[in-house]
Amino acid sequence: MSNRDFQRTMPGADVHFQSPASWWSYTRLDFWMLVLLFLLCCYGLFILYSASGQDMVYVTRQATRMLVGLVVLIVLAQIRPRAYKSLAPWFYVAGVLLLVAVMLFGVGAKGAQRWLALPGFRFQPSELMKLALPLMVAAYLARNTLPPSFRHLLASLILIAIPTALIMRQPDLGTSLLIAASGIFIILLSGVLWRYIFLAGVAGAAALPVLWMGMKEYQRQRVLTFLNPESDPLGAGWNIIQSKTAIGSGGISGKGWLQGTQSQLNFLPESHTDFIIAVIGEELGMHGVLILLLLYILIIVRGVMIAINAEDSFARLLAGSITLTFFVYVMVNIGMVTGLLPVVGVPLPMISYGGTSIVTLMAGFGILMSLQAQSRKLRR
Amino acid sequence: MAPFERIKDYSEERATFGRRALLALFLVCAVFVILVVRIYYLQVVEYERYTAISERNRVQLQPVPPRRGLIYDRNGVLLADNQPTFSVTLLREEIRNMEETLQGLADLIEISDRDVDRFRQRMQQRRRPYETVPLRFRLTDEEIARLAVNYHRFPGVQVEADLIRYYPYGSSLVHALGYVGRINERELEHLDPVAYAGSNYIGKLGIEKFYESVLHGRVGWQKVETNARGRVLRILEREDPVPGEDLVLSLDLRLQQFAESLLEGKRGAIVAIEPETGGILALVSTPAYDPNLFVTGISSADYNELRDSRDLPLFNRAVRGGYPPGSTIKPVIAMAAIDSRTVPLGHRVFDPGYFEITPGGRRYRNWRRSGHGWTDLNSAMAQSSDTWFYDVGYRMGIDHMSEYLEMFGFGQVTALDTPEAIRGVLPSREWKRGARGEPWYPGDSVNLSIGQGYLVATPLQLATAAVVLANRGTWVQPALLQGVLQENDDGIVLARPVLAEDATPMPEVNVRMPELWAPLIQSMVDVVHGPIGTARAVGRGMQYEMAGKTGTAQVIGIAQDAEYDADAIDERHRDHALFIAFAPVENPKIAVAVIVENTGGGSSTAAPVAREVMDAWLLDDYTSQLEWAKR
Repeated sequence: MSNRDFQRTMPGADVHFQSPASWWSYTRLDFWMLVLLFLLCCYGLFILYSASGQDMVYVTRQATRMLVGLVVLIVLAQIRPRAYKSLAPWFYVAGVLLLVAVMLFGVGAKGAQRWLALPGFRFQPSELMKLALPLMVAAYLARNTLPPSFRHLLASLILIAIPTALIMRQPDLGTSLLIAASGIFIILLSGVLWRYIFLAGVAGAAALPVLWMGMKEYQRQRVLTFLNPESDPLGAGWNIIQSKTAIGSGGISGKGWLQGTQSQLNFLPESHTDFIIAVIGEELGMHGVLILLLLYILIIVRGVMIAINAEDSFARLLAGSITLTFFVYVMVNIGMVTGLLPVVGVPLPMISYGGTSIVTLMAGFGILMSLQAQSRKLRR
Repeated sequence: MAPFERIKDYSEERATFGRRALLALFLVCAVFVILVVRIYYLQVVEYERYTAISERNRVQLQPVPPRRGLIYDRNGVLLADNQPTFSVTLLREEIRNMEETLQGLADLIEISDRDVDRFRQRMQQRRRPYETVPLRFRLTDEEIARLAVNYHRFPGVQVEADLIRYYPYGSSLVHALGYVGRINERELEHLDPVAYAGSNYIGKLGIEKFYESVLHGRVGWQKVETNARGRVLRILEREDPVPGEDLVLSLDLRLQQFAESLLEGKRGAIVAIEPETGGILALVSTPAYDPNLFVTGISSADYNELRDSRDLPLFNRAVRGGYPPGSTIKPVIAMAAIDSRTVPLGHRVFDPGYFEITPGGRRYRNWRRSGHGWTDLNSAMAQSSDTWFYDVGYRMGIDHMSEYLEMFGFGQVTALDTPEAIRGVLPSREWKRGARGEPWYPGDSVNLSIGQGYLVATPLQLATAAVVLANRGTWVQPALLQGVLQENDDGIVLARPVLAEDATPMPEVNVRMPELWAPLIQSMVDVVHGPIGTARAVGRGMQYEMAGKTGTAQVIGIAQDAEYDADAIDERHRDHALFIAFAPVENPKIAVAVIVENTGGGSSTAAPVAREVMDAWLLDDYTSQLEWAKR
C-alpha cells in the first residue's frame, strides 16, 4: 500500500485549488478528461468543415450530436457504479434480444442489415452492445475471484461470442471487432493466466481459415485489396491509394486548411467519415496528425490512470476496457487509412462525421467518469 | 482449494490489474510509435511521390480541338461550313442501368436502332475513364429542351456542343470537295495522336482529304483542374488552338451548279478549266450524293442504297471514270503525225469508208460507211474522218503516238489536288508487253489513232488536254485550289499552301513545228464553225469562236460488218458522247471536257452541253437551251 492511499486530497490542492476542486468534485466529472475531449471535438469540427466541402450543415449537425453526447456523458457520470453493476445483465440481455430483432426485422442499406426502424428514428442496437458487453463481462468476472478460473473464462468468452457473431452476421465487421475487443480486454486485464493467452493465440491462428470462409465476398475483397491495393486501382484499391496519396502529399506542414486537392476535389472517398484523418494529413500535414495523436494518447493515458485508481475490480476492468476500446478505434482507423490494416468500417473517434458513434463514445466516457468520481470520493 | 478460491484478494487483484494495465499502456505506446513512423514514412519519405500522384489526379492536360478551315469558291461563297450542333452523350461510369437509360431516352427523343448499334460499337472501343460516348447527333431544339427537362431522370446523360462540318450545297460539290467523316480505327493507327487529340473528324475524300493538313489546324491544350468525376473545375493554363486555314477554290459555284443541271437525269461528267491558270472552274459528276450524310456516319440502309444504285452515284466520273476517249484525241494524234515528220502538213488520204493495212485484209471502218473522199488535216478533223487518222496512225506507229499523248498528260495524274484521280491507261509497247504479255501490233496503232483500243482517259485528263491545246502547248497545272486566306500586314491575302506532296510540274509541250498550232486549231474551229464540222449545229449563232472536237466512245465492240444500231441495243450499251473544247480561240478563257454516258454521238449531246457551259462562263448566260435540262 502506498502513501497515496491515505491521502485525502491531491498534493498541492489545498493551496489554490481547494475551493474550486471541492465544488468541481460534486459534478462527478473528470476535469482533464473533459478538457481533452473538448479539444478533440473542436479539432473534429474544425476539420469536418473542410472535409464536408465547407458545409455548415454537417458541422452544426455534428456539434449538436456532440452536445447530446455531452449531456449523456454528464447524466451517466451521475449514476453510481453499483447501479451499473446490477443493471449489466439486463442491458446485456436487452442488447442481445435487440440484435436478434435486427436479424429478423432490421432494415439496412448497401447489403447490410444494422438498424431497427422505430417510429420517428432508426436505432442501431450494436451501439448499445458496445457498452452493454463490457459492463456484463466486467460485472461477471468481478463477482468471482481474479484471475478467473477456466470455467469463468469460458463463460465470458461465450458472453462475448454471442453479440459478436450476431453483429458479424449483419454484416458489420468493424463493430463486431470493436465489441469483441472490448470484452477480450476485460479478460486480459483480469489477470488471466499467460498460458491461456498463448493457447488462445494458437487457437485464433488456427481459426483464421474458418473466419475467411465465413466472410462475405466484399469483406474478403477488402482483405485482398489491403494485401495488394495496386491490383485494382480504380476499384476496391481506390480508397487506400487515394487516402495514402492525400496523407503523403500533405508533407510536414500540409497544403493548408481547405486547400487539400485530394479531399476538396472528391478524389478521397468517405473524406468526412471514416477517411477523415486523410484530410487532416493532407491539409494540416504531419503537424496536424501529431497533434491529433497527442490528444488521443493523453486521453488514453488519463483513462488508464482512472482505471488503475478505480475502487474495485469491476470499476478497474470496465474503465480499462472503455479506454482500450477507444484506443482500438484509433488504431484500426488510422491503420486502415494509412494502409497498415485492411479497410474495416471503424470511424475515427470524435472526429469522423456520424451520430451514434459519438454519443456512444461520450456515454462510455460518462461511465468512466462515474467510476472515477466514486474512487475519488472513497479516497477523500 | 475450492473454498479458498472464493475469497477475493483485493490487493492482489489491484496489483495484477496494475501490471496488466501498464503492460497495455506500453503496447498502446508501441502502436502509436508504429503509427507515427508510418505517418513519417508517408509524409516525409514518400512525400515527393505522393505529391506527384496527387498532382496527376488533380491536373489534367486536355486537348482543345482547332476549328477546321472553311472552304470558299472563287467568289467567296462558303462551300464548307462548321455548324454548332448538339449531341446527346452518355457517361458509362454514372449510368447504373444502361438498357433502362437507352429505353428512357428513346421515349423522349428519336433514337433509331442504328444509333444504338453505333453507340454500342463506340462503347466497346478503348476509351479513357469518364470519357463520354455520343449516342445521337444533331439534336433539334425541341429534343434538347425535352432532354433538359428530364435531366434529373438520367444521371450520366449530357447534351454536348460540337462543331460539325456542313456542306450547304450538298450533292452539288461532293465530287469536287469530298467530305469529312468521323475518324475510324484504321485511320487512328496512322494519325499523329497528339495533333488529333480532341479531333473527331478527318477529311475522307477530295479537297477535304488532300488539304487535311492545312484545314485541320493545330490542336491547343488546356491544363485543367478536375475533380474525381472528371468535371472541370477551373482552367489553370491554356494554349489556344490555331484554327485551320481557309481555302479559296478556283471553282465557281454558279457555273458548277449550272453544269450540274445540264447533266440532270444523266450519267456523265463535266470538267471546266481556266487555261490561263489551270484553275478548275467546275468539276461535275452525275449522279451525286449528299456528303452531309457521311459526316456523322451514314446509316447502312442509306449507304447500301447509294452503293447498289445502278447509276453509281458514289463514283466520281470526273476524276475516276476511265473512258476510251474516242475522236477527242484526234488533235493530239494529228499533231503527233505531222510534228514527228511522219507525214507533211498537207498530207492527203482518200477515204473510201474504210482503211486496210494490206489490200484485202481487215477493214477498219470509218464511222461514215460511204467515206469522205479525199481528206486532209482540216477536213479529216472537221468531219472526224477515221480513215485519215487510221492512215497516219499506222504510218507513225505507237511510239510517236504515246510520246505525244504523254506530253498532253494522258496516262498520268497531272492535277494538283484531286487525290482520287486515276492515271488511266497510256498504251505503249512496254505497257502492252507488261500488261498483256503481247507485242504491239500495227492494228493496235490503227485503233489507237481514233482513241479506241487500249487508251483509257478520264474527263479531267481530256479537259487538261484541251487546256494544253488552248495554250498552244504551254503547261499549267490543273488545280482546284486558288490559295489559302492568310492575314498579313497588307490585310487578307491569298497564299499558296506549302505541301509536302507537291507535284512536280509537267514539262512544256515542245513541238518541232510551232507553225503547226495554227492549222491544227483552225481545224478544231472548223469542227464547230465550219460548213462540214461535226459540231456545226452548236456553232450556230455563237457570239464567240470556239475550238472543239467531238468524240464517241464505243461501249461494246461491233463485229466486222455489223451495223451499229442505237435503237436495237440496250441503253447501257450505247456509245458515250464526248466533247472537248476551248473558247474563245484567241486568248482562251475556258476549256471544257464533257462526257455523257450512253447517249450516242458526241455532236448531239456532249457538244451542246459544252456550249451551254461556255455561254454561261463567257456570256453570263445561265439559261439552258437543252431539251432535257430546261427548267
